[in-house]
Amino acid sequence: MDRAIISNLAYLVAAALFIVGLKGLTHPRSAVRGNLLGAVGMLLAVVVTLLQQEILGFEVILAGILIGSLVGAVLALRIQMTAMPQLVGLFNGFGGAASVLVAGAVLVQAIAAVTAAATVSLQFTVATAASGLIGAVTFFGSLVAFGKLQGLVTERPIRYPGEQIVKLLVLLTALVFGVLVVRDPADTNLYWYLVAAGSLLGILLVIAIGGADMPIVIALLNSYSGLAAAATGFVLSNNILIIAGSLVGASGIILTQIMCRAMNRSLANVLFGGVGAVIEDARQDDIYAGKVTATSAEEVAMILKTARRVVFVPGYGMAVARAQTPVRLLTELMEKDGIEVEFGIHPVAGRMPGHMNVLLAEENISYDKLCEMDQINPSFPQTDVTIVLGANDVVNPIARQTSGNPIAGMPILDVDKSRTVVVIKRSLAAGFAGIPNPLFAADNTLMLFGDGKKAMDELVAAYKEA
Amino acid sequence: MGETLLFVNILTVFVLAIFVGFEVITKVPPILHTPLMSGSNAISGITIIGAILAVGTGRQTLTVALGLAALVCATINVVGGFLVTHRMLSKFRKKD
Repeated sequence: MDRAIISNLAYLVAAALFIVGLKGLTHPRSAVRGNLLGAVGMLLAVVVTLLQQEILGFEVILAGILIGSLVGAVLALRIQMTAMPQLVGLFNGFGGAASVLVAGAVLVQAIAAVTAAATVSLQFTVATAASGLIGAVTFFGSLVAFGKLQGLVTERPIRYPGEQIVKLLVLLTALVFGVLVVRDPADTNLYWYLVAAGSLLGILLVIAIGGADMPIVIALLNSYSGLAAAATGFVLSNNILIIAGSLVGASGIILTQIMCRAMNRSLANVLFGGVGAVIEDARQDDIYAGKVTATSAEEVAMILKTARRVVFVPGYGMAVARAQTPVRLLTELMEKDGIEVEFGIHPVAGRMPGHMNVLLAEENISYDKLCEMDQINPSFPQTDVTIVLGANDVVNPIARQTSGNPIAGMPILDVDKSRTVVVIKRSLAAGFAGIPNPLFAADNTLMLFGDGKKAMDELVAAYKEA
Repeated sequence: MGETLLFVNILTVFVLAIFVGFEVITKVPPILHTPLMSGSNAISGITIIGAILAVGTGRQTLTVALGLAALVCATINVVGGFLVTHRMLSKFRKKD
Protein backbone atom coordinates (compact mmCIF):
# COMPACT_ATOMS: atom_id res chain seq x y z
CA MET A 1 0.00 0.00 0.00
CA ASP A 2 1.06 3.55 -0.68
CA ARG A 3 2.88 5.10 2.26
CA ALA A 4 0.83 8.26 1.98
CA ILE A 5 -2.34 6.21 2.48
CA ILE A 6 -0.87 4.45 5.49
CA SER A 7 0.21 7.71 7.08
CA ASN A 8 -3.18 9.32 6.48
CA LEU A 9 -4.93 6.34 8.05
CA ALA A 10 -2.59 6.63 11.02
CA TYR A 11 -3.44 10.34 11.25
CA LEU A 12 -7.09 9.34 11.38
CA VAL A 13 -6.36 7.06 14.34
CA ALA A 14 -4.39 9.87 15.99
CA ALA A 15 -7.30 12.28 15.49
CA ALA A 16 -9.67 9.77 17.10
CA LEU A 17 -7.26 9.42 20.04
CA PHE A 18 -7.20 13.21 20.47
CA ILE A 19 -11.00 13.37 20.55
CA VAL A 20 -11.34 10.48 23.00
CA GLY A 21 -8.49 11.94 25.04
CA LEU A 22 -10.10 15.38 25.28
CA LYS A 23 -13.39 13.74 26.21
CA GLY A 24 -11.54 11.94 29.00
CA LEU A 25 -10.16 15.22 30.29
CA THR A 26 -13.69 16.35 31.11
CA HIS A 27 -14.07 13.95 34.06
CA PRO A 28 -11.73 13.51 37.04
CA ARG A 29 -11.85 9.72 36.91
CA SER A 30 -10.94 9.43 33.23
CA ALA A 31 -8.66 12.47 33.01
CA VAL A 32 -5.32 10.71 33.50
CA ARG A 33 -6.19 8.17 30.83
CA GLY A 34 -7.49 10.91 28.54
CA ASN A 35 -4.20 12.77 28.72
CA LEU A 36 -2.27 9.55 28.03
CA LEU A 37 -4.45 8.79 25.01
CA GLY A 38 -3.70 12.25 23.65
CA ALA A 39 0.02 11.63 24.13
CA VAL A 40 -0.22 8.25 22.38
CA GLY A 41 -2.03 9.92 19.48
CA MET A 42 0.75 12.49 19.21
CA LEU A 43 3.46 9.82 19.31
CA LEU A 44 1.69 7.85 16.59
CA ALA A 45 1.41 10.92 14.37
CA VAL A 46 5.10 11.76 14.85
CA VAL A 47 6.37 8.22 14.19
CA VAL A 48 4.25 7.82 11.06
CA THR A 49 5.47 11.16 9.73
CA LEU A 50 9.07 10.16 10.31
CA LEU A 51 8.52 6.92 8.36
CA GLN A 52 7.34 8.72 5.23
CA GLN A 53 9.52 7.98 2.24
CA GLU A 54 10.57 11.49 1.42
CA ILE A 55 11.76 12.37 4.91
CA LEU A 56 15.52 12.89 4.97
CA GLY A 57 17.94 14.19 7.55
CA PHE A 58 16.88 11.96 10.44
CA GLU A 59 19.86 13.05 12.53
CA VAL A 60 18.79 16.70 12.46
CA ILE A 61 15.16 15.82 13.21
CA LEU A 62 16.05 13.54 16.09
CA ALA A 63 18.44 16.16 17.49
CA GLY A 64 15.62 18.74 17.39
CA ILE A 65 13.17 16.38 19.06
CA LEU A 66 15.75 15.46 21.69
CA ILE A 67 16.51 19.08 22.59
CA GLY A 68 12.82 20.00 22.70
CA SER A 69 11.94 16.95 24.80
CA LEU A 70 14.70 17.69 27.25
CA VAL A 71 13.73 21.33 27.71
CA GLY A 72 10.02 20.48 27.92
CA ALA A 73 10.56 17.67 30.42
CA VAL A 74 12.82 19.73 32.67
CA LEU A 75 10.33 22.61 32.68
CA ALA A 76 7.35 20.33 33.30
CA LEU A 77 8.93 18.29 36.10
CA ARG A 78 10.98 20.95 37.88
CA ILE A 79 8.46 23.75 38.04
CA GLN A 80 6.75 24.54 41.34
CA MET A 81 3.00 24.05 41.32
CA THR A 82 2.58 27.71 42.27
CA ALA A 83 4.27 28.71 39.00
CA MET A 84 1.81 26.70 36.91
CA PRO A 85 -0.05 29.63 35.28
CA GLN A 86 3.09 31.07 33.75
CA LEU A 87 4.30 27.66 32.60
CA VAL A 88 1.01 26.92 30.84
CA GLY A 89 1.26 30.37 29.26
CA LEU A 90 4.81 29.70 28.13
CA PHE A 91 4.01 26.31 26.54
CA ASN A 92 1.16 28.02 24.72
CA GLY A 93 3.60 30.53 23.31
CA PHE A 94 5.91 27.83 21.99
CA GLY A 95 2.98 26.34 20.06
CA GLY A 96 2.30 29.72 18.46
CA ALA A 97 5.96 30.21 17.59
CA ALA A 98 6.10 26.78 15.95
CA SER A 99 3.18 27.71 13.69
CA VAL A 100 4.86 30.97 12.62
CA LEU A 101 8.12 29.18 11.85
CA VAL A 102 6.57 26.25 9.98
CA ALA A 103 4.49 28.55 7.77
CA GLY A 104 7.61 30.65 7.10
CA ALA A 105 9.71 27.59 6.30
CA VAL A 106 7.12 26.18 3.91
CA LEU A 107 6.67 29.56 2.24
CA VAL A 108 10.40 29.86 1.55
CA GLN A 109 10.41 26.36 0.10
CA ALA A 110 7.33 26.90 -2.06
CA ILE A 111 8.58 30.18 -3.50
CA ALA A 112 11.90 28.57 -4.46
CA ALA A 113 9.96 25.86 -6.30
CA VAL A 114 7.76 28.28 -8.22
CA THR A 115 8.25 28.06 -11.98
CA ALA A 116 6.42 29.55 -14.92
CA ALA A 117 4.12 26.54 -14.92
CA ALA A 118 3.62 26.02 -11.20
CA THR A 119 2.44 28.74 -8.83
CA VAL A 120 1.28 28.71 -5.24
CA SER A 121 -2.44 28.50 -4.58
CA LEU A 122 -4.65 31.08 -2.93
CA GLN A 123 -5.41 28.65 -0.10
CA PHE A 124 -1.68 28.35 0.56
CA THR A 125 -1.01 32.08 0.71
CA VAL A 126 -4.08 32.96 2.77
CA ALA A 127 -3.34 30.15 5.23
CA THR A 128 0.31 31.20 5.46
CA ALA A 129 -0.68 34.76 6.30
CA ALA A 130 -3.18 33.50 8.91
CA SER A 131 -0.57 31.21 10.53
CA GLY A 132 1.91 34.03 10.69
CA LEU A 133 -0.53 36.50 12.21
CA ILE A 134 -2.30 34.22 14.72
CA GLY A 135 0.93 32.46 15.65
CA ALA A 136 2.77 35.74 16.28
CA VAL A 137 -0.07 37.13 18.41
CA THR A 138 -0.09 33.87 20.38
CA PHE A 139 3.66 33.79 20.91
CA PHE A 140 4.20 37.38 21.98
CA GLY A 141 0.88 37.56 23.84
CA SER A 142 1.91 34.48 25.80
CA LEU A 143 5.36 35.90 26.49
CA VAL A 144 3.81 39.04 27.99
CA ALA A 145 1.36 36.92 30.00
CA PHE A 146 4.33 34.88 31.23
CA GLY A 147 6.15 38.09 32.17
CA LYS A 148 3.16 39.40 34.08
CA LEU A 149 2.60 36.15 35.96
CA GLN A 150 6.29 35.76 36.72
CA GLY A 151 6.45 39.34 37.98
CA LEU A 152 8.79 40.55 35.22
CA VAL A 153 6.12 42.89 33.84
CA THR A 154 3.71 44.83 36.02
CA GLU A 155 0.45 43.03 36.77
CA ARG A 156 -1.45 46.31 36.54
CA PRO A 157 -2.98 46.96 33.14
CA ILE A 158 -0.80 49.34 31.15
CA ARG A 159 -3.13 51.88 29.61
CA TYR A 160 -2.48 55.14 27.80
CA PRO A 161 -4.48 57.73 25.88
CA GLY A 162 -5.39 56.63 22.37
CA GLU A 163 -4.69 53.04 23.28
CA GLN A 164 -7.55 51.53 21.28
CA ILE A 165 -6.58 53.57 18.21
CA VAL A 166 -2.98 52.38 18.45
CA LYS A 167 -4.13 48.76 18.65
CA LEU A 168 -6.52 49.26 15.76
CA LEU A 169 -3.75 50.78 13.62
CA VAL A 170 -1.39 47.90 14.39
CA LEU A 171 -4.14 45.41 13.53
CA LEU A 172 -4.81 47.21 10.24
CA THR A 173 -1.09 47.24 9.44
CA ALA A 174 -0.95 43.50 10.07
CA LEU A 175 -3.98 42.94 7.83
CA VAL A 176 -2.45 45.07 5.07
CA PHE A 177 0.73 42.99 5.19
CA GLY A 178 -1.48 39.90 5.15
CA VAL A 179 -3.12 41.06 1.92
CA LEU A 180 0.32 41.87 0.46
CA VAL A 181 1.56 38.36 1.32
CA VAL A 182 -1.42 36.91 -0.53
CA ARG A 183 -0.92 39.17 -3.56
CA ASP A 184 2.84 38.83 -3.79
CA PRO A 185 3.99 35.68 -1.97
CA ALA A 186 7.30 35.72 -3.88
CA ASP A 187 8.51 38.57 -1.69
CA THR A 188 9.00 36.55 1.48
CA ASN A 189 10.06 39.64 3.41
CA LEU A 190 6.41 40.67 3.48
CA TYR A 191 5.66 37.57 5.54
CA TRP A 192 8.17 38.59 8.20
CA TYR A 193 6.78 42.15 8.27
CA LEU A 194 3.37 40.56 8.86
CA VAL A 195 4.84 38.50 11.70
CA ALA A 196 6.42 41.62 13.20
CA ALA A 197 3.09 43.47 13.13
CA GLY A 198 1.36 40.43 14.68
CA SER A 199 4.00 40.29 17.41
CA LEU A 200 3.46 43.93 18.28
CA LEU A 201 -0.29 43.35 18.34
CA GLY A 202 0.15 40.41 20.73
CA ILE A 203 2.23 42.54 23.08
CA LEU A 204 -0.19 45.49 23.01
CA LEU A 205 -3.25 43.29 23.57
CA VAL A 206 -1.94 41.50 26.65
CA ILE A 207 0.03 44.32 28.26
CA ALA A 208 -3.26 46.18 28.73
CA ILE A 209 -4.76 43.28 30.70
CA GLY A 210 -4.62 43.26 34.48
CA GLY A 211 -3.79 40.28 36.68
CA ALA A 212 -7.35 39.37 37.64
CA ASP A 213 -8.35 39.08 33.97
CA MET A 214 -5.48 36.68 33.30
CA PRO A 215 -7.66 33.54 33.39
CA ILE A 216 -9.58 34.87 30.40
CA VAL A 217 -6.46 35.82 28.48
CA ILE A 218 -4.75 32.48 29.14
CA ALA A 219 -7.85 30.63 27.91
CA LEU A 220 -8.05 32.87 24.83
CA LEU A 221 -4.37 32.37 23.96
CA ASN A 222 -4.93 28.64 24.37
CA SER A 223 -7.63 28.90 21.73
CA TYR A 224 -5.37 30.94 19.44
CA SER A 225 -2.56 28.39 19.62
CA GLY A 226 -5.05 25.82 18.32
CA LEU A 227 -6.27 28.08 15.55
CA ALA A 228 -2.68 28.83 14.52
CA ALA A 229 -2.02 25.08 14.25
CA ALA A 230 -5.19 24.67 12.17
CA ALA A 231 -4.09 27.50 9.86
CA THR A 232 -0.73 25.74 9.44
CA GLY A 233 -2.77 22.65 8.54
CA PHE A 234 -4.29 24.61 5.65
CA VAL A 235 -0.79 25.66 4.57
CA LEU A 236 0.26 22.02 4.34
CA SER A 237 -3.18 20.67 3.37
CA ASN A 238 -2.71 18.30 6.29
CA ASN A 239 -5.82 16.93 8.00
CA ILE A 240 -4.28 16.02 11.37
CA LEU A 241 -3.08 19.57 11.94
CA ILE A 242 -6.47 20.94 11.02
CA ILE A 243 -8.38 18.50 13.24
CA ALA A 244 -6.13 18.80 16.30
CA GLY A 245 -5.87 22.57 15.88
CA SER A 246 -9.62 23.12 15.61
CA LEU A 247 -10.34 20.85 18.60
CA VAL A 248 -8.04 22.98 20.72
CA GLY A 249 -9.39 26.19 19.21
CA ALA A 250 -12.93 25.15 20.13
CA SER A 251 -12.04 24.06 23.65
CA GLY A 252 -10.17 27.30 24.26
CA ILE A 253 -13.15 29.34 23.12
CA ILE A 254 -15.45 27.41 25.45
CA LEU A 255 -13.13 28.00 28.41
CA THR A 256 -12.94 31.68 27.49
CA GLN A 257 -16.74 31.88 27.46
CA ILE A 258 -16.99 30.16 30.85
CA MET A 259 -14.50 32.65 32.31
CA CYS A 260 -16.29 35.66 30.79
CA ARG A 261 -19.64 34.46 32.11
CA ALA A 262 -18.12 34.06 35.58
CA MET A 263 -17.21 37.74 35.49
CA ASN A 264 -20.41 38.89 33.77
CA ARG A 265 -18.32 40.58 31.11
CA SER A 266 -18.01 40.28 27.38
CA LEU A 267 -14.74 39.25 25.80
CA ALA A 268 -14.52 42.66 24.11
CA ASN A 269 -14.87 44.31 27.52
CA VAL A 270 -12.01 42.24 28.91
CA LEU A 271 -9.74 42.97 25.95
CA PHE A 272 -10.60 46.62 25.48
CA GLY A 273 -12.48 47.68 28.62
CA GLY A 274 -11.14 49.74 31.46
CA VAL A 275 -11.51 47.52 34.54
CA GLY A 276 -8.47 47.35 36.73
CA ALA A 277 -7.61 51.02 36.82
CA VAL A 278 -7.40 52.21 40.42
CA ILE A 279 -10.53 54.11 41.33
CA GLU A 280 -10.08 56.60 44.13
CA ASP A 281 -13.21 56.13 46.13
CA ALA A 282 -14.13 58.66 48.79
CA ARG A 283 -16.90 56.42 50.06
CA GLN A 284 -14.36 53.94 51.37
CA ASP A 285 -14.16 55.71 54.73
CA ASP A 286 -17.96 55.87 55.03
CA ILE A 287 -18.23 52.16 54.42
CA TYR A 288 -15.51 51.03 56.78
CA ALA A 289 -15.39 53.74 59.48
CA GLY A 290 -16.03 52.29 62.91
CA LYS A 291 -17.68 49.16 61.53
CA VAL A 292 -14.72 46.85 60.94
CA THR A 293 -14.12 44.25 63.65
CA ALA A 294 -10.57 42.97 63.93
CA THR A 295 -9.95 39.59 65.49
CA SER A 296 -7.09 37.32 66.58
CA ALA A 297 -6.06 33.80 65.65
CA GLU A 298 -7.04 32.63 69.16
CA GLU A 299 -10.56 34.02 68.86
CA VAL A 300 -11.05 32.45 65.43
CA ALA A 301 -9.75 29.12 66.75
CA MET A 302 -12.36 29.21 69.54
CA ILE A 303 -15.14 29.89 67.06
CA LEU A 304 -13.94 27.09 64.79
CA LYS A 305 -13.93 24.63 67.71
CA THR A 306 -17.68 25.09 68.14
CA ALA A 307 -18.49 24.99 64.43
CA ARG A 308 -20.12 22.10 62.64
CA ARG A 309 -19.51 23.26 59.11
CA VAL A 310 -16.63 25.42 57.82
CA VAL A 311 -16.05 26.61 54.26
CA PHE A 312 -12.78 27.97 52.90
CA VAL A 313 -12.95 30.51 50.07
CA PRO A 314 -9.46 30.79 48.59
CA GLY A 315 -8.33 33.45 46.13
CA TYR A 316 -5.17 34.55 44.41
CA GLY A 317 -3.88 35.85 47.75
CA MET A 318 -3.58 32.26 48.97
CA ALA A 319 -1.36 31.42 46.00
CA VAL A 320 0.81 34.51 46.50
CA ALA A 321 1.27 33.85 50.21
CA ARG A 322 1.71 30.10 49.56
CA ALA A 323 -0.72 29.47 52.39
CA GLN A 324 -2.19 26.23 51.01
CA THR A 325 -0.18 23.94 53.31
CA PRO A 326 -1.51 25.40 56.61
CA VAL A 327 -4.98 25.38 55.00
CA ARG A 328 -4.65 21.65 54.52
CA LEU A 329 -3.29 21.18 58.09
CA LEU A 330 -6.21 23.10 59.59
CA THR A 331 -8.65 21.15 57.41
CA GLU A 332 -7.26 17.86 58.71
CA LEU A 333 -7.40 19.03 62.32
CA MET A 334 -11.00 20.19 62.01
CA GLU A 335 -12.07 17.01 60.23
CA LYS A 336 -10.56 15.00 63.06
CA ASP A 337 -12.90 16.93 65.37
CA GLY A 338 -15.86 15.97 63.20
CA ILE A 339 -16.25 19.37 61.54
CA GLU A 340 -17.43 19.30 57.94
CA VAL A 341 -14.98 21.27 55.78
CA GLU A 342 -15.52 22.26 52.16
CA PHE A 343 -13.97 24.69 49.70
CA GLY A 344 -15.93 27.22 47.68
CA ILE A 345 -14.09 28.11 44.52
CA HIS A 346 -15.03 30.93 42.19
CA PRO A 347 -14.41 30.12 38.51
CA VAL A 348 -12.04 33.06 38.05
CA ALA A 349 -10.22 32.82 41.38
CA GLY A 350 -6.49 32.94 40.66
CA ARG A 351 -4.59 33.62 37.51
CA MET A 352 -5.70 30.78 35.24
CA PRO A 353 -8.87 28.73 34.91
CA GLY A 354 -8.90 26.14 37.72
CA HIS A 355 -5.87 27.64 39.48
CA MET A 356 -7.14 27.10 43.07
CA ASN A 357 -8.08 23.49 42.37
CA VAL A 358 -4.58 22.67 41.19
CA LEU A 359 -3.00 24.22 44.30
CA LEU A 360 -5.37 22.42 46.68
CA ALA A 361 -5.08 19.10 44.83
CA GLU A 362 -1.30 19.41 45.17
CA GLU A 363 -1.94 19.46 48.94
CA ASN A 364 -3.80 16.16 48.64
CA ILE A 365 -7.19 17.65 49.40
CA SER A 366 -9.86 15.34 48.03
CA TYR A 367 -11.44 16.81 44.90
CA ASP A 368 -15.00 16.14 46.05
CA LYS A 369 -14.46 18.85 48.70
CA LEU A 370 -13.60 21.42 46.02
CA CYS A 371 -17.04 22.82 45.24
CA GLU A 372 -17.94 25.12 42.39
CA MET A 373 -19.92 28.29 42.96
CA ASP A 374 -23.44 27.07 42.11
CA GLN A 375 -22.91 23.99 44.24
CA ILE A 376 -21.67 25.76 47.38
CA ASN A 377 -23.80 28.90 47.35
CA PRO A 378 -27.03 27.32 48.70
CA SER A 379 -25.07 25.91 51.65
CA PHE A 380 -23.75 29.21 53.06
CA PRO A 381 -26.80 29.85 55.32
CA GLN A 382 -26.06 26.50 56.99
CA THR A 383 -22.35 27.28 57.29
CA ASP A 384 -21.06 28.27 60.74
CA VAL A 385 -17.76 29.80 59.65
CA THR A 386 -16.52 30.83 56.21
CA ILE A 387 -12.83 31.64 55.98
CA VAL A 388 -12.05 33.97 53.08
CA LEU A 389 -8.36 33.68 52.31
CA GLY A 390 -6.91 36.09 49.78
CA ALA A 391 -10.14 36.61 47.85
CA ASN A 392 -11.86 39.97 47.57
CA ASP A 393 -13.89 40.93 44.50
CA VAL A 394 -15.44 37.45 44.12
CA VAL A 395 -17.05 37.79 47.59
CA ASN A 396 -18.04 41.46 47.31
CA PRO A 397 -21.82 41.78 47.91
CA ILE A 398 -22.10 44.98 45.85
CA ALA A 399 -21.73 42.78 42.77
CA ARG A 400 -25.40 41.94 43.41
CA GLN A 401 -26.34 45.48 42.40
CA THR A 402 -27.37 45.64 38.79
CA SER A 403 -25.27 48.65 37.89
CA GLY A 404 -23.13 51.46 39.22
CA ASN A 405 -19.86 49.65 39.92
CA PRO A 406 -17.24 47.76 37.88
CA ILE A 407 -18.29 44.31 39.14
CA ALA A 408 -22.07 44.84 39.04
CA GLY A 409 -23.83 41.66 38.00
CA MET A 410 -20.81 39.42 38.49
CA PRO A 411 -21.83 36.12 40.08
CA ILE A 412 -20.24 35.91 43.55
CA LEU A 413 -19.87 33.46 46.40
CA ASP A 414 -22.56 34.30 48.98
CA VAL A 415 -20.18 34.11 51.94
CA ASP A 416 -21.99 36.96 53.74
CA LYS A 417 -24.93 34.59 54.31
CA SER A 418 -22.92 32.32 56.60
CA ARG A 419 -23.13 32.79 60.37
CA THR A 420 -19.59 34.10 60.79
CA VAL A 421 -17.20 35.25 58.08
CA VAL A 422 -13.48 35.42 58.81
CA VAL A 423 -11.53 37.42 56.25
CA ILE A 424 -7.78 36.91 56.28
CA LYS A 425 -6.19 39.90 54.58
CA ARG A 426 -3.22 42.22 55.00
CA SER A 427 -5.26 45.41 55.10
CA LEU A 428 -8.53 46.91 53.96
CA ALA A 429 -6.98 47.69 50.56
CA ALA A 430 -9.29 47.31 47.59
CA GLY A 431 -9.17 44.26 45.37
CA PHE A 432 -8.39 44.22 41.69
CA ALA A 433 -11.61 46.02 40.76
CA GLY A 434 -10.48 48.96 42.90
CA ILE A 435 -13.65 49.23 44.95
CA PRO A 436 -14.36 48.91 48.69
CA ASN A 437 -15.94 45.71 49.95
CA PRO A 438 -18.89 46.14 52.36
CA LEU A 439 -18.40 42.53 53.46
CA PHE A 440 -15.45 43.68 55.61
CA ALA A 441 -17.76 46.00 57.55
CA ALA A 442 -20.65 43.53 57.93
CA ASP A 443 -21.82 42.63 61.46
CA ASN A 444 -21.01 38.96 61.03
CA THR A 445 -17.52 39.57 59.58
CA LEU A 446 -14.28 39.37 61.55
CA MET A 447 -11.06 40.64 59.97
CA LEU A 448 -7.91 38.68 60.72
CA PHE A 449 -5.24 41.07 59.48
CA GLY A 450 -1.90 39.68 58.34
CA ASP A 451 0.02 37.80 55.69
CA GLY A 452 -1.99 34.78 54.50
CA LYS A 453 0.63 32.17 55.33
CA LYS A 454 1.54 33.65 58.70
CA ALA A 455 -2.08 34.11 59.73
CA MET A 456 -2.93 30.54 58.74
CA ASP A 457 0.12 29.18 60.58
CA GLU A 458 -0.98 31.05 63.70
CA LEU A 459 -4.51 29.79 63.27
CA VAL A 460 -3.30 26.19 63.06
CA ALA A 461 -1.23 26.65 66.22
CA ALA A 462 -4.11 28.36 68.06
CA TYR A 463 -6.54 25.65 66.99
CA LYS A 464 -4.25 22.95 68.37
CA GLU A 465 -4.15 24.73 71.74
CA ALA A 466 -7.80 25.69 71.93
CA MET B 1 -10.66 22.17 -10.25
CA GLY B 2 -8.69 19.53 -8.36
CA GLU B 3 -7.15 22.17 -6.16
CA THR B 4 -10.51 23.69 -5.29
CA LEU B 5 -11.96 20.29 -4.51
CA LEU B 6 -9.06 19.57 -2.16
CA PHE B 7 -9.67 22.89 -0.46
CA VAL B 8 -13.37 22.14 -0.01
CA ASN B 9 -12.44 18.75 1.43
CA ILE B 10 -10.11 20.10 4.07
CA LEU B 11 -12.50 22.96 4.80
CA THR B 12 -15.11 20.29 5.52
CA VAL B 13 -12.73 18.57 7.92
CA PHE B 14 -12.00 21.91 9.62
CA VAL B 15 -15.63 22.88 10.17
CA LEU B 16 -16.64 19.41 11.38
CA ALA B 17 -13.67 19.27 13.76
CA ILE B 18 -14.72 22.58 15.32
CA PHE B 19 -18.21 21.18 15.90
CA VAL B 20 -16.73 18.05 17.44
CA GLY B 21 -14.54 20.23 19.67
CA PHE B 22 -17.54 22.18 20.95
CA GLU B 23 -19.56 18.99 21.55
CA VAL B 24 -16.77 17.14 23.34
CA ILE B 25 -15.76 19.96 25.65
CA THR B 26 -19.03 21.63 26.68
CA LYS B 27 -19.27 20.14 30.16
CA VAL B 28 -15.98 20.43 32.00
CA PRO B 29 -16.10 20.60 35.80
CA PRO B 30 -14.16 23.67 36.99
CA ILE B 31 -11.71 21.50 38.94
CA LEU B 32 -10.38 20.26 35.59
CA HIS B 33 -10.08 23.61 33.84
CA THR B 34 -6.31 23.82 34.22
CA PRO B 35 -5.52 20.25 33.14
CA LEU B 36 -7.92 20.59 30.20
CA MET B 37 -6.14 23.73 29.15
CA SER B 38 -2.63 22.34 29.44
CA GLY B 39 -3.63 18.99 27.92
CA SER B 40 -5.32 20.61 24.94
CA ASN B 41 -2.35 22.94 24.70
CA ALA B 42 -0.10 19.91 24.27
CA ILE B 43 -2.36 18.70 21.46
CA SER B 44 -2.00 22.07 19.73
CA GLY B 45 1.69 21.20 19.52
CA ILE B 46 0.58 19.06 16.54
CA THR B 47 2.50 21.62 14.49
CA ILE B 48 5.40 19.27 15.31
CA ILE B 49 4.24 17.26 12.27
CA GLY B 50 4.58 20.33 10.05
CA ALA B 51 8.02 21.00 11.53
CA ILE B 52 9.20 17.44 10.81
CA LEU B 53 7.95 17.74 7.24
CA ALA B 54 9.69 21.10 6.81
CA VAL B 55 13.03 19.77 8.06
CA GLY B 56 12.71 16.39 6.37
CA THR B 57 11.66 17.59 2.93
CA GLY B 58 13.29 21.02 2.94
CA ARG B 59 15.71 21.68 0.13
CA GLN B 60 16.48 25.26 1.13
CA THR B 61 18.88 25.82 4.01
CA LEU B 62 16.56 28.51 5.35
CA THR B 63 13.60 26.12 5.28
CA VAL B 64 15.53 23.50 7.23
CA ALA B 65 16.73 26.09 9.76
CA LEU B 66 13.25 27.53 10.32
CA GLY B 67 11.81 24.02 10.45
CA LEU B 68 14.35 22.98 13.05
CA ALA B 69 13.55 25.99 15.24
CA ALA B 70 9.85 25.14 14.86
CA LEU B 71 10.58 21.51 15.72
CA VAL B 72 12.28 22.46 18.99
CA CYS B 73 9.44 24.85 19.95
CA ALA B 74 6.72 22.34 19.07
CA THR B 75 8.46 19.51 20.91
CA ILE B 76 8.78 21.62 24.07
CA ASN B 77 5.06 22.34 23.75
CA VAL B 78 4.11 18.69 23.24
CA VAL B 79 6.41 16.97 25.73
CA GLY B 80 6.16 19.67 28.40
CA GLY B 81 2.40 19.96 27.97
CA PHE B 82 1.57 16.27 28.31
CA LEU B 83 4.03 15.78 31.19
CA VAL B 84 2.84 18.74 33.23
CA THR B 85 -0.79 17.72 32.69
CA HIS B 86 0.01 14.23 33.90
CA ARG B 87 1.80 15.66 36.91
CA MET B 88 -1.21 17.80 37.81
CA LEU B 89 -3.78 15.07 37.21
CA SER B 90 -1.92 12.59 39.38
CA LYS B 91 -2.61 14.98 42.28
CA PHE B 92 -6.38 14.99 41.77
CA ARG B 93 -7.51 12.29 44.12
CA LYS B 94 -10.69 11.47 45.92
CA LYS B 95 -10.03 10.48 49.49
CA ASP B 96 -12.52 8.38 51.43
